[in-house]
Amino acid sequence: MFEIFGIPSQALFGQLLLGLINGSFYALLSLGLAVIFGMLNIINFTHGAQYMMGAFAAYLLLHHIGIGYWQALVVAPIVVGATGVVIERLFLQHLRKLDPLYGLLLTFGLGLVIEGLFRNYYGSSGLPYQVPQALQGGRNLGFMFLPNYRAWVIVLSFSVCFATWFAIERTRLGSYLRAATENPVLVRAFGINVPRMVTLTYGFGVGLAALAGVMAAPIYNVSPQMGSDLIIVVFAVVVIGGMGSIMGAILTGFALGIVEGLTKVFYPEASNTVIFVIMAIVLLIRPAGLFGRSA
Amino acid sequence: MERVLDPSVLPSRRETGLSLGAAFAVMLAVFVVGPFVLYPVFLMKALCFALFACAFNLLIGYVGLASFGHAMFFGWASYVAAYAAKSWGWPPELAIIAATAAAAVLGLVAGGLAIRRQGIYFAMITLALSQMMYFYALQAKFTGGEDGIQGVPRGHLFGLFDLSREMTMYVFVLVVVLAGFLLIYRIINSPFGEVLKAIRENEQRAISLGYNTERYKLVAFVLSATLAGLAGSLNALVFQLASLTDVHWTMSGDVLLMTLLGGLGTVFGPVVGAFVVIGMQNYLAPFGQWVLVIQGTIFVVCVLVFRRGIVGELAHALRVRL
Repeated sequence: MFEIFGIPSQALFGQLLLGLINGSFYALLSLGLAVIFGMLNIINFTHGAQYMMGAFAAYLLLHHIGIGYWQALVVAPIVVGATGVVIERLFLQHLRKLDPLYGLLLTFGLGLVIEGLFRNYYGSSGLPYQVPQALQGGRNLGFMFLPNYRAWVIVLSFSVCFATWFAIERTRLGSYLRAATENPVLVRAFGINVPRMVTLTYGFGVGLAALAGVMAAPIYNVSPQMGSDLIIVVFAVVVIGGMGSIMGAILTGFALGIVEGLTKVFYPEASNTVIFVIMAIVLLIRPAGLFGRSA
Repeated sequence: MERVLDPSVLPSRRETGLSLGAAFAVMLAVFVVGPFVLYPVFLMKALCFALFACAFNLLIGYVGLASFGHAMFFGWASYVAAYAAKSWGWPPELAIIAATAAAAVLGLVAGGLAIRRQGIYFAMITLALSQMMYFYALQAKFTGGEDGIQGVPRGHLFGLFDLSREMTMYVFVLVVVLAGFLLIYRIINSPFGEVLKAIRENEQRAISLGYNTERYKLVAFVLSATLAGLAGSLNALVFQLASLTDVHWTMSGDVLLMTLLGGLGTVFGPVVGAFVVIGMQNYLAPFGQWVLVIQGTIFVVCVLVFRRGIVGELAHALRVRL
């Protein structure tokens, strides 16, 4: 055991790890928001509820059908993503010609409906979800204890973020997507089904949120309001990073998680608010965000 | 923002004056008869929220800025008013003035930050700032944390009127809310208000005409925050309580719903919306979480098929401005 700046290394690295975990969720969620925003030009206020639905999907799959964590990791995002596709077809596609404000209001309302329904059936207390057998326990790294599941969350989140970045920035499909973001009319004229792409993009963004929810289930309790507070922090992350770049959203997410973890060590009272304070500072000195293009 | 009225059916000035005057008379009549029919406390709550929603509408309806953080002005003003009245023993008028001033300062800071980004970012920034202020309310000593500030004395207005009497309090709340309502009406019909509407319709054009739109937006934001604070401080005195509920983001959602349901950018819409939503919350309270579901559904329905809101639809059908 040694000390850094008068803080025991265990505490410091422990909080750093927690920060990295939070950062994993910030990154996944802000990535989803950025992808959706790019194609649909709306901020998906339902994102928090969809993250919660992912966690509940994992819980329900386990307790009603007996489908475990590993399968849930695939099934839950697909199921919740499918509900996203329905939402886009039923509601969002009709708002395309209106002020983006209405997309905001609609997704906000949908979030309330979903949260209300879950609270109605499952109450507000959290439901436990076991860490999968293979990832129980942890290892001692000498300077700190690393629970296996947490390491897995960080690795998985990082891989998914990187894969998404690669798919959007480096593949042919991604180039269609980026082109359609720039000029949907022209891309349509080339014979690409842009409305379907928009629908699937929304479904994908929602699926990312649900995946984050499944990953969060064993760490936090599964509860109906788990998404609403988290998503507000993610909004601040998005404002700080700016939504111009996919990589920007990922990096900002991880970085802010770490900053939050460090704040917990050095000045715990501010740990709830440090991200909002950083947002205010960024707005003062770089209004477009760290990676944003000025509108 | 969708235009509420088609210019080709725009009523004449005289007709506008008549319809607005008639609507105001109806509203006044309802408020005078109200306390003899319904619980005064329920009416006072609805009145406070009517003012809150009107203040909110000033920003979303006339400047086109959707704030998701107005709970911070409402809630923090209620904390300041409650603290001043209880711990410092200030008379109600001073407590309200101090709280309103606090909301104005908060509005200046939050608005100054939020208007640096446009459109949807604005919504996210206000929401995030409001969440920050929620955490401060949760942690600060003087707010009483989870308990809030309870048992706030209503006191004697100007040392003369005993506000602990329900009817006296009602008249006081009514007078303040009507004053706020008329002030907002005056603002939106002033040259300043015309510039705000021009910014809503086309900000680039307003800039090219030489208006410093940032400054206009900031002033509108501060005015809106100040009046929201006035509503919050009144509410604290009515219930003799300031609590975390008032600063939580759900409160920002509530006021948004009231304004949307009543009619964005209408004069009377927020008042009607506030009464409907408060009434709904009151009568649906036994159904627990269904209130959330119903409110969310109203959001969705309003956005999809009912964008003018109650008063907006009425005005459209009657071809008048309301």
